[in-house]
Amino acid sequence: MAAMATMVAAGCGGVWCRARQRCARWPGPGSRPFLRAQRAVVCNARGGAVSAGKSGLAPWIPVVGLEIHAQISSNSKLFSGSRVQFAAPPNSLVSFFDASLPGTLPVLNRRCVEAAVMTALALNCRINKKSLFDRKHYFYADLPAGYQITQQRVPIAVNGSLSYSLCIDNKMSQMVTKTVRIKQIQLEQDSGKSLHDDTRSQTFVDLNRAGVGLMELVMEPDMCCGEEAAAAVRELQLILQTLGSSQAVMAEGQLRVDANVSVHHPGEPYGVRTEVKNINSIRFLAKAVDYEIQRQIQELGNGGTILNETRAFDSKLGCTVPMRDKEGKQDYRFMPEPNLPPLILYDAKSLPANMNHQQVINIDWIHERLPDLPSVKREKLVEQYGILPEHSFTLLVWQQDQNCNSSQASEDGLAEFFESVVKQTQMKPKKVIGWILNDLLSYLKQHSLTVKESPVSSFLLADLLNLLEKKEISSTAAKRVLAELWKGEGKTPLETVKEHKLELLQDQKELEQICQAVIDGQENEVMAIKAGNRKVLNKLIGLVQKKTQGRSNPVLVKQLLEKKLSE
Amino acid sequence: MRVLSLGRWLRAGLVLPGGPASRHSGDRHSGHRPQAPPQGPAQVLLQKVSVEVLEHLEQLALVDFRDSEGVERLQKAIQFADQLHEVNTDGVEPMDSVLEDRCLYLREDDVTEGNCTKELLENARETVEEYFVAPPGNIPLVKLEEQKTYLQGSK
Repeated sequence: MAAMATMVAAGCGGVWCRARQRCARWPGPGSRPFLRAQRAVVCNARGGAVSAGKSGLAPWIPVVGLEIHAQISSNSKLFSGSRVQFAAPPNSLVSFFDASLPGTLPVLNRRCVEAAVMTALALNCRINKKSLFDRKHYFYADLPAGYQITQQRVPIAVNGSLSYSLCIDNKMSQMVTKTVRIKQIQLEQDSGKSLHDDTRSQTFVDLNRAGVGLMELVMEPDMCCGEEAAAAVRELQLILQTLGSSQAVMAEGQLRVDANVSVHHPGEPYGVRTEVKNINSIRFLAKAVDYEIQRQIQELGNGGTILNETRAFDSKLGCTVPMRDKEGKQDYRFMPEPNLPPLILYDAKSLPANMNHQQVINIDWIHERLPDLPSVKREKLVEQYGILPEHSFTLLVWQQDQNCNSSQASEDGLAEFFESVVKQTQMKPKKVIGWILNDLLSYLKQHSLTVKESPVSSFLLADLLNLLEKKEISSTAAKRVLAELWKGEGKTPLETVKEHKLELLQDQKELEQICQAVIDGQENEVMAIKAGNRKVLNKLIGLVQKKTQGRSNPVLVKQLLEKKLSE
Repeated sequence: MRVLSLGRWLRAGLVLPGGPASRHSGDRHSGHRPQAPPQGPAQVLLQKVSVEVLEHLEQLALVDFRDSEGVERLQKAIQFADQLHEVNTDGVEPMDSVLEDRCLYLREDDVTEGNCTKELLENARETVEEYFVAPPGNIPLVKLEEQKTYLQGSK
């Protein structure tokens, strides 16, 4: 196995090629020792990606941990009453507190706490009924107070888990479920935005974002490659969006991911980790993590060392570079936030009798009102409609266009569309799903459209599928009709069928005549079939189809031909 | 760029009870160990707060220990705060706020502030098109070697 890996490595001669091999060093269920040219580091069933170095050297185990900041979806900021809005005139959404003017104090926003509690419950966390606020000090132009109010000592929630699905091969036919532990969730303030003008050596500061509520989710380093990290973040995005606690659009900075990456030999302690920042999309996350893993392996393989540093991901070059600003270890000098008493949360049992309803947050009340999480929705779809789990996954998966510049939850789209079509058609859901995922989805992707923007409504598609189901058209014809409907000219499927003469021939006699004509014209083929070669029958079916211009039902044609040939 | 010159304040005779030492807890600073109130002269203490710690503090808080008097003041402040260690606090939860029994007020999620760009920018020395202007971030401070000679030279 090592020899094979070495051979290929020698042949390819590059670090990336080595990364593309998956070489199982020890036997185990699911660990398949063959090469996959298409993907970067792949994790074996044990959960540890193993990358074979040059012959004889021990393999490396990459360790990936994520720190995620999700901007809370709320009207106003965490500690002040200024509006939360993306893209507004600079410094127009800033209160005196946000600008850190003297004499101002933080006042906690109830909605932000509820959002954090919802998220914590959805991620199976233990909620700390008493949590505390702290100050984290550092100097930067976009942090006017010189400190950020966060929850370092006792965060609002700890010890949760996030389950996500990963497809083993590229065809999405085998899905495996993995879990990453959530160390903690905490509430904290966002900083403002700095725009650097290097030519004139100055920085422009816009405080619109300063003070917006963030949920920081710290994950344990349970992942081993870029693909796992990407899948976990995708699932988290879906969950946050379903809950409504965050819109989690990475392109708008509502979801920021930093990756901590290290490698070590099996049996040895964890290696030095680096932090990778400036990751702007899920696709880049996978790339950045994989690049960093390979960089570290290469560095250590050459006898170098890994510095505990912060690196930025350069999306154009596809690599990580050291960040100049962060030199040396930061000492944040955490101290308790003196202006905020502890945050107390209640449940049904501990609910105080005489307190103002508005001042009380009841965890159980929130728990009862949690919407169905994506994993539950998927299961329901599978159960209700009998579709495959991977289809259910695709129905609910977060759609992103090629540049990852916009993302559309098919929450408001594909799954609903599917269910709507199923309601309006006699075709079985198992067949409908094919039309949704293969035909409709590919059109949408091709034209970069969201489900809402689809020129083919669920009503039209259901209508078309009904024609197919009633055997008034063949499935080839149906595909043609769909292509026509896609033009959005407002015609119904039936009109389109009539216009292009796509109806199946209903006249049995006419069909029989055509079949006979074909048989008469193909003596050699007929002899071959009678001699026992059944495959040639397909050629005859094809000829009939040609003669009827695709308007014959292939199943019926086959029956007729077989009947005639056996006479 | 020094924001606060602690040395200047101390020379003016302002006593800051606790001062930077109030953030000191346990043995966070490598150069200083919590102990019973010292009996020796101030010079014995001088060695306790190492140059590394001072440089570290200067970087973090952007303060400026311009001469040995500032350092001495710091030593005295630490000594003053160390008296706290006389009290036996075994099994007692540290109190970090006298507000700990108060109710944390929860505000409704309504937009009530903002839209005061002009007022905010009035305070800034330099603005460009409604942005605050700041010098580029994290200019590295004076190098270690130069700092050392500065501090040592002033003794």
